[in-house]
Amino acid sequence: MLLKLENLHVKYGNVEALHGISLGVGEGEIVTILGANGAGKSTTLMAISGLVKVSEGSILSRNAPLHTLKAHEVVRHGIAQSPEGRRVFGTLTVNENLTLGAFTATDTGRIQKTLAWIYTLFPRLQERCEQMAGTLSGGEQQMLAIGRALMAAPRILLLDEPSLGLAPILVKTIFETIREINRAGVTVVLVEQNARAALKLAHRGYVMEVGRIVLEDTAEALLSNPEVRNAYLGGQAA
Amino acid sequence: MEQFFQQLTNGLAVGGIYALIALGYTMVYGVLKLINFAHGDLFTIGAYLGLTLLTSLGLADRLGPLGAVLLLAVMVMGLVAIIGAMLERIAYRPLRESPRLSAVVSALGASIFFQNAVMLIYGARFRVYPHDILPKIAVNIFGLQIPLIRILMLLTSVLLMVALYLFIQRTKIGTAIRAAAIDQGAARLMGIDVDKVIMIVFLIGPSLGGAAGLMVGLYYGQINFTMGWVYGLKAFTAAILGGIGNIPGAMVGGILLGVIEALGAAYISIAWKDAIAFCVLILILIVRPTGLLGERVAEKV
Ligand SMILES: Nc1ncnc2c1ncn2[C@@H]1O[C@H](COP(=O)(O)OP(=O)(O)O)[C@@H](O)[C@H]1O
Ligand SMILES: [Mg+2]
Repeated sequence: MLLKLENLHVKYGNVEALHGISLGVGEGEIVTILGANGAGKSTTLMAISGLVKVSEGSILSRNAPLHTLKAHEVVRHGIAQSPEGRRVFGTLTVNENLTLGAFTATDTGRIQKTLAWIYTLFPRLQERCEQMAGTLSGGEQQMLAIGRALMAAPRILLLDEPSLGLAPILVKTIFETIREINRAGVTVVLVEQNARAALKLAHRGYVMEVGRIVLEDTAEALLSNPEVRNAYLGGQAA
Repeated sequence: MEQFFQQLTNGLAVGGIYALIALGYTMVYGVLKLINFAHGDLFTIGAYLGLTLLTSLGLADRLGPLGAVLLLAVMVMGLVAIIGAMLERIAYRPLRESPRLSAVVSALGASIFFQNAVMLIYGARFRVYPHDILPKIAVNIFGLQIPLIRILMLLTSVLLMVALYLFIQRTKIGTAIRAAAIDQGAARLMGIDVDKVIMIVFLIGPSLGGAAGLMVGLYYGQINFTMGWVYGLKAFTAAILGGIGNIPGAMVGGILLGVIEALGAAYISIAWKDAIAFCVLILILIVRPTGLLGERVAEKV
C-alpha cells in the first residue's frame, strides 16, 4: 500500500473527531472518501498532511511512519494537498503561489517541467500568472490550488472538495483534469460532497459517518449500493 | 525655505528610524498576529551595545570613522538579531498554542525584563556617545547645508529597507515569509517550516531595530534606558499608519510620521509635536481603517 491509515484517532481539544479510521490507498489509484458535512473527511486529510495531531493509530506511506512527522516534512514524502476552501495565497501572484508549491524541490529542471505540465492542464493559470491569486474566480482559484499542490511533484495528491462552489461545467472540467493527473501516474485521494461524480471517477471509495468508516467498496459497487444511493446520490439510479 | 528643507531632511532621517523599527513590529505581527511589545527595548539594546562596542574596541582609531561605524552596525545588528531569536524561543514559542492574551502578557514581561536589565547594567542616567566618531561636517546640497550624519542616516535606512524589500519580494524565503503571514496552515502544506520562518522574522526585525538604536545614538549623541518606549510607540504608530502587517506600509508610515512630526514641530508648535503625529494617525484611520496600504486585495474570496 502506498498509503495506509490504521485505527486513526484525532481529537480537537477534548472532542474526538475520528474514532479509529483504517483505510488503504494503492499505487495509481483514485480513492474517494464520501460522507456528510462534519463526518471527518477533512480531518482525515489534515491528519495525513500532519496539520492535525494524531492521538492514536498510525499513518504509513511505504512503511514509513508519517504520523510522527511535522507537516512540512510530510510534503518531502511525496504527499501534497489541495485543501478545502482552496486557501490560495491571495496577495501573492499566481506564479508565486505555484513557486511555493515547489518549496521543497531543488531540481530546477524538474520544477520547470512540472510547471509546463500544469500550464497545459490549466492554460488559464498561464494567462493569469502575474495576477494576484485573490483576484481570480473561484474556479481559477481551484485550478491554482491543485496546480500548486502538483508543483511538489507528489506521488499522492490529496484533494479536499475540489468542486465546492463551482458551476457544473467547471466541475466537469476539474474532474476530467483529475483523471488526467491520475493517468500521469499520480495517486489521488478525493474527498467530495458530489458523490456521483466522485464515484464515476474513482476506482474505490470509502463512506464516512461521524468519525467512522461505515462502508468500503469498489466505486462501481458503491454506485449501485441502495444505501449509498439513498443517502448520497439522491435515491436515483446511477 | 531654508528652514523648510532643513526640517524636511531632518524629518526624513528620523522617519527612516521610525520605519526601521516599525518593520520589526509589522513583520512579527504578520506571521504571529502578535504585537511584540519588547521590540522597542531591542532598539534600546542596539543603542547600548553600540556604545559599549564603540568605547571598548577603539574601532575608530583602526578603521577610520566610516569603517568603524560600518563594522559597528554589522556587529550590533548581529547581536540584537540573536537576542531577538532568543526572545522568540523563550518568551513566545512555548505559548504558540495558548490563548493570544498569554503571549501579549509574555511580551509585556519581556519588555520590562529588557528595560530593567539595561538599567541595571548601564544605569538609569543618560549615557553619552563619543561625539568624535563621525566628522561634524555639513554637505552642501543645492545650496543647503545638511549635516553629513543626517545624510548617512537617511542613506543607511533607505539601503536597509531596499535590501529587505528585495529579500521579501524576490527570494524563496521571502516569499515563504509572505505566505506564512497570509495562511500558516497552507504554508505548512507547501512544505514550509513555519517555525523557521518565524525565527527568521525574529532575526530580521530586531536587527533592523538594533541598527536604528545605533543610529539614534550616533545622531543625538545620548541614550537612555527608556528610549525604546518613546521610539517604540512612534514606530508602532507608524506601522498602524501604513497598515499593520504590511511591509511597504511600515516604510511609508515611518517616513511619513517623521516628516509630519518635524514639520509640525517647526510650523505649528514644538510642544505639540507628539500630539500632531497622533492626530494624523487618528485622521488617517478614520478615512482608512486598515491603514494606508493595508489589505489592498481581499484575501478571502
Ligand atoms: N478546527 C476544529 N476545531 C474543532 N472541531 C473541529 C475542527 N475542525 C473540524 N472539527 C469538527 O470535527 C468534525 C469533523 O469535521 P471535518 O473533518 O471538517 O468534516 P468534513 O470534512 O467531513 O465535513 C466535525 O464535528 C467538526 O465540527
Ligand atoms: Mg470538509
